[in-house]
Amino acid sequence: MIIDILSWILLLGGGLLGIIGGIGMHWFPDVYSRQHAAGTTDTLCAMLILLGLALQAGFSLVTFKLALIFIFLLFTNPTASHALANAAMQGGLRPQLERTAGGDNP
Amino acid sequence: MMDFIIGHYNYWVSIFLMMVGFYAVISRGNLVKKIIGMNVFQVSVFLLYISISTVEQGSAPIFTEGVELYSNPLPHVLILTAIVVGVATTALGLALVVRIKEAYGTIEEDEIHELDHTL
Amino acid sequence: MIEVFIDIILLSFIAVTAVAILRMTNLFAIIMLFGIFSFLSASLFAVMDAVDVAFTEAAVGAGISTVLMLATIALTKTQKEKVSVSHRHWLPLSVVIVTGAVLVYGTLDLPAFGDPEAPAQTHVAPYYIDKAVEETGLPNMVTSVLASYRGFDTLGEVVVVFTAGVAVLLLLGGKHRISDTGTNEIEKNEHSLILRVVAKFLIPLIIVFALYVQFHGDFGPGGGFQAGVILSAAIILYTLVFGLDAAERVIPPSILRILASLGVLIYTGVGIVTILLGGNYLNYSVLGDSKVAGQHLGILLVELGVGIAVFAVLLVIFLTFAGRGRP
Repeated sequence: MIIDILSWILLLGGGLLGIIGGIGMHWFPDVYSRQHAAGTTDTLCAMLILLGLALQAGFSLVTFKLALIFIFLLFTNPTASHALANAAMQGGLRPQLERTAGGDNP
Repeated sequence: MMDFIIGHYNYWVSIFLMMVGFYAVISRGNLVKKIIGMNVFQVSVFLLYISISTVEQGSAPIFTEGVELYSNPLPHVLILTAIVVGVATTALGLALVVRIKEAYGTIEEDEIHELDHTL
Repeated sequence: MIEVFIDIILLSFIAVTAVAILRMTNLFAIIMLFGIFSFLSASLFAVMDAVDVAFTEAAVGAGISTVLMLATIALTKTQKEKVSVSHRHWLPLSVVIVTGAVLVYGTLDLPAFGDPEAPAQTHVAPYYIDKAVEETGLPNMVTSVLASYRGFDTLGEVVVVFTAGVAVLLLLGGKHRISDTGTNEIEKNEHSLILRVVAKFLIPLIIVFALYVQFHGDFGPGGGFQAGVILSAAIILYTLVFGLDAAERVIPPSILRILASLGVLIYTGVGIVTILLGGNYLNYSVLGDSKVAGQHLGILLVELGVGIAVFAVLLVIFLTFAGRGRP
């Protein structure tokens, strides 16, 4: 019962972070700040959901597979964010430093 | 009425996607866009087949103790192979696009037609 | 009920994505959206219990197709689609609307989604579902239908994939005359340390996973097609991070060409062996001591052939595209 409640808290928290990340993608003005929002979705959201699912599954083969996915995400998502930001930097996009209203491009 | 809509929504969305892909193929001049339109069309066909294979309350067609109702494995097989064949043929189409670009210097259909007439 | 809900939401997402693909003009954005489109359809397949199909679509649609399309726009150096005003849009639009209306009219007679009494569910499918496990000894019915009951179909598909690979080689494989295509994007990018370290760590894991998918495909979702795609994705990742020359040192193109033919040869060879042992073409029952053991062995070999062929062909296609831009 407690495990059930805990896993639901984790799942809902993950879902909430996903929605926040989605809003952030539209909210933020330039590539780098948007990436911050996307990074939240990539890492914490996915991991909370995986943890919640692992608690739901109990101790079984499924949990082991979820743990493998967890490790995989732990390595790949930050790397993907890094590669994306790096590519944007090399492509000549500069971070937007002043506070301006709206506008996609710095 | 509601049951009818829920029961046919899948098919309608498949047809909608099919028409979007079809429209991209016949109305757009860019060859890469045409190929992507073809791919959208292709996915819509996959969707239609998988929709047909689904059985309510059925589970994935992998034998498990205590499960009686499975979805139909035959469309899965057809579509599984079709996806891989699809990517191979898409690659062939893209290779043709690259060759057209090298020969004509453009991948817009209008410009290719013009070049053909002036030759 | 919840499944219907998820189904409808995913379908709506897919429809919106398709319209966005149609309306956009930036090719790079279109290709990225197409990747999202593929992922959405893969999730939809998973919701509709087609796990093997979802697996394939996720690996192929989001992985290989996207990379190939990106390679194409890099080679053709086209960023934006030209939207010409001279095009009359009403003609294609009316053609599409009429065709769509006719097709929708046709669906009205179709059995409802998920109907267990639908004709598709009552002819040959019950035989597969009842007998496949007992006749082939494999829990995954998709694998047994793919490799055994419908072995001829699959042989045809593998040959089509092989032929497409040969055709791409013929079109793009040779030296090309125009020298002004510029430097290759893959060649000149010096990737950062982080990327190289993580790639080195990940690629062996991806290869192990591909082997797991290959040999566990009899029992769970997976099989030769998926394994081949995942394995080639591992090498494509290697190429993207370490460069084309390094990848060609790891797997020389000549070996890949041999592997592609070898895969098809294994498949057809199993068929010849079954004839020599007194059975029909691709009837694996004669391969082993008992029928079930023979089926099991035959399916394993055929899946291996499929895996090798798909891996080699997809990689040949990718390396040919990547090598085209080489100065």
